[in-house]
Amino acid sequence: MRALRTPVGATGAGLLATVLLLAVLAPVAFGDGAAAVDTDNLLAGPSAEHWFGTDNAGRDLFLRVLVATRLSITLALLATAIAVLTGLVLGSLPWLLGPRLGRPVTALVNILVAFPGLLLVLSLATVFGVGARGAVLAIGFAGAPTFARLCQTLIAGIAARDYVAAAEIAGLGRIRILVRHVLPNVAEPLVVNATIGAGSALLAFAGLSFLGLGVQAPAYDWGRLMQDGLAGVYLHPLAALAPGIAVVIAGLAFNLTGEAVAGALGVTPVVGPRAWSVPARSTPARSPAQGEDLVLDVRDLAVAFPGPSAPVTPVRGVSLSLRSGEAVGIVGESGSGKSLTALAIAQLVEEPGRVTGEVTLCGTDLNDGGHHEDLLGTSLAVVFQDPMTSLNPAMRVGPQLAEVSRFHQSLGRRAALARAVDRLRAVRLRDPERAAQAYPFELSGGMRQRAMIGMGLMGTPRLIIADEPTTALDVTVQKQVLALLEDVRREHGTAILLISHDVSVIGEICDRVLVMYAGRIVEEIAAGDLHGDARHPYTRALVAAVPSMSTSRDEPLATIPGQPVDPAALPPGCAYAARCPLATDQCLSEEPALLDGVACWRAGDPLPMEQTKQVSV
Amino acid sequence: MSMRFEQVSVRFGRTQVLHEVSLEVPDGSIMGLVGESGSGKSTLARAAVGLVPVSTGRVLVDGVPAGRRSGVQMVFQDPYSSLDPRMSIGESIAEAIPGRTSKSERAGEVARLLRLVHLDPGRAGQRPGSLSGGQRQRVALARALAGRPQVLIADEITSALDVSVQGAVLNLVREMQRELGLSMLFISHNLAVVRYVADTVAVMSHGHIVEHGPAADVLENPSHRYTQELLAAVPGGTSNTLTKET
Ligand SMILES: Nc1ncnc2c1ncn2[C@@H]1O[C@H](COP(=O)(O)OP(=O)(O)O)[C@@H](O)[C@H]1O
Ligand code: SF4
Ligand SMILES: [Mg+2]
Repeated sequence: MRALRTPVGATGAGLLATVLLLAVLAPVAFGDGAAAVDTDNLLAGPSAEHWFGTDNAGRDLFLRVLVATRLSITLALLATAIAVLTGLVLGSLPWLLGPRLGRPVTALVNILVAFPGLLLVLSLATVFGVGARGAVLAIGFAGAPTFARLCQTLIAGIAARDYVAAAEIAGLGRIRILVRHVLPNVAEPLVVNATIGAGSALLAFAGLSFLGLGVQAPAYDWGRLMQDGLAGVYLHPLAALAPGIAVVIAGLAFNLTGEAVAGALGVTPVVGPRAWSVPARSTPARSPAQGEDLVLDVRDLAVAFPGPSAPVTPVRGVSLSLRSGEAVGIVGESGSGKSLTALAIAQLVEEPGRVTGEVTLCGTDLNDGGHHEDLLGTSLAVVFQDPMTSLNPAMRVGPQLAEVSRFHQSLGRRAALARAVDRLRAVRLRDPERAAQAYPFELSGGMRQRAMIGMGLMGTPRLIIADEPTTALDVTVQKQVLALLEDVRREHGTAILLISHDVSVIGEICDRVLVMYAGRIVEEIAAGDLHGDARHPYTRALVAAVPSMSTSRDEPLATIPGQPVDPAALPPGCAYAARCPLATDQCLSEEPALLDGVACWRAGDPLPMEQTKQVSV
Repeated sequence: MSMRFEQVSVRFGRTQVLHEVSLEVPDGSIMGLVGESGSGKSTLARAAVGLVPVSTGRVLVDGVPAGRRSGVQMVFQDPYSSLDPRMSIGESIAEAIPGRTSKSERAGEVARLLRLVHLDPGRAGQRPGSLSGGQRQRVALARALAGRPQVLIADEITSALDVSVQGAVLNLVREMQRELGLSMLFISHNLAVVRYVADTVAVMSHGHIVEHGPAADVLENPSHRYTQELLAAVPGGTSNTLTKET
């Protein structure tokens, strides 16, 4: 597991292995030694013979701590098992029973979770009676509500998946679906949490035994040893301290391992939420070579990631420039490098990605190694496909927008909020005051996308990069969001870089279109020329693939045969050759350069119509 | 087999999502259902396969009230959530084969279905993770066909796909429908797509069917204002009527 290679994970796993090994071996190896009575050394302090001293029967404390590992760990694991199993049953019931019957179960779990844990353990311990068995039950059941809540959440998440619906339609029973589809998919987080839970159970158990409610003599666990040592704590502190340290170490072992695995399994977002910084001071601008109104100039941009054998380069030598007020589109299939290009421009490519080439935003070279947060904050806004990932779900929309200005423009709370509402109005949200009060999930997809654009407009950006901003939206809303971008461009002269897989979307607002394939720009074309005057076979295939309101219903739709190339396995010649109806031997061996706006050896040659209509994905 | 919705209403708690929807998907033809998101299209689809309880009205398949295993199957929008990531695609398809069958019969049927949707039967052992979005949607289609449905519901099955892949999936849908004589309810917000696959079209707005009829009539001479708005919004379309709000 990757998690265990981190320092924390490795420490945790090492400790855990040691503890488990001791649990298995210590009673066998040291059982006799720990029971041996040394009447000459009753309640003795540490010595060469008895490292931690002896107890009131003269038994060696060091060995007893080691031997107690087995009982302590076994009991903790038993209690955890009870907690997890009970939790699993309680957590599955709401889904198994359906909403009506499930609701009381959910309510019960919610009440129990709210109950202070310690209180629950103590009251259950008195119910189940003093002794190891009672303590296991008490700690197990006290832990159950937490696991029930966890299972409920996990199961609800999986149950909402379409494959569960598909299984229901196929006629599978709920129990069967639970076993086949739901449980396997919640197992990972559950096991991780159970590991962490075992650490807590261990502590709780030590607590109960220490209070005399747990393990009873002559059996002993760490808690019991602590209690025994307590009487002489001022004379021989180690007698009480040593089992305590053992509890802490074992607890840590479980916790660290669990946390490390959880961290590794947790989904790391590709794009973290980013602050839109608006600095008070001005950034000294270096005047750009090609005139004042050049907003973005990208030269030879490449993004590389380490690969198994050689680095993989999903973006290879992209150059583009935007003047203020210009709208440029990037079009291409998934995986062609569009989003990565956008992220590289916005300086959002995360480790271990490497960006090379020049990115000049408003005259400043962003790749010069300096910090450009201020410039990025004022001059650039980025809008992603799913605004839900870029908005903080726990914060109302208005304050979230306002925070930007409060932080960077030092506006007061009220002034910032007023600006946020004003911006929400500017992006034509009906009733912006109410939208400002809403949480992101309370808004529809289209409204969220507007709010996201509104956030970008808290400053006055020179460039908006919009990456598939309308792909998740339906046509009417899509049209409105595109019109909004168009308005911003007209009113403020903001340059817009619009990214989409759909040429018809790009054509709506862009003047110029860059067609990307396998990490390169393969054609640069005026939007008006897309239909009819495209020269690259890939551009023509993309245009033909979009059904329109006049597409013939009697013929199959045009498709692009084959698959986009894997950036890790680029062919030597033209990357499109395997799918191209015009490919020649030259195409297979030599990569065409971007010349005169197109990278193709046979640019503009007529296409054999039949070949673009193959049916295959 | 035709599918008929009779005065179907659905409510979630206090909000009514479908208002007495009556609609008939004629035998052996494709009915397109268009409307903005949240208008109730998916709810209607889910009611037809019993995933959502109807509060009043009923859904009839060939005159018989629909329930589970009543010959209605569904393909979902998101190819990334419609296949269990921990099951091979062959297992996912096999699960939907009705009745008790031997292992070898099931394997044969899975291979047949994969071939039917133009996938290599040798991939039956692969997990969905190694498939592209378009290929997953083919698997989802194969799984739906495994139930030997008479009626197939397709809910936005291409809207999560690249346009370059969309065409292949749509071609496949038409091919299947013709070969198997299926009746289909094809849900999409993309009018050009619906126009391409559907024989008849119904338009839904706020839980009501506001217009329906032969595809050519509805899409060329829309009578309802909302249909006109939808048509105006088709990308590449000429009209630029813009309204506020979503
Ligand atoms: N389980 C549910 N609980 C409450 N409301 C729901 C539920 N499912 C759908 N809705 C609501 O029903 C309406 C119609 O949704 P849906 O059928 O998904 O629309 P469409 O398919 O047209 O996108 C929406 O307002 C949606 O929020
Ligand atoms: S260079 Fe050759 S293979 Fe590449 S697009 Fe042009 S004709 Fe096709
Ligand atoms: Mg829907």
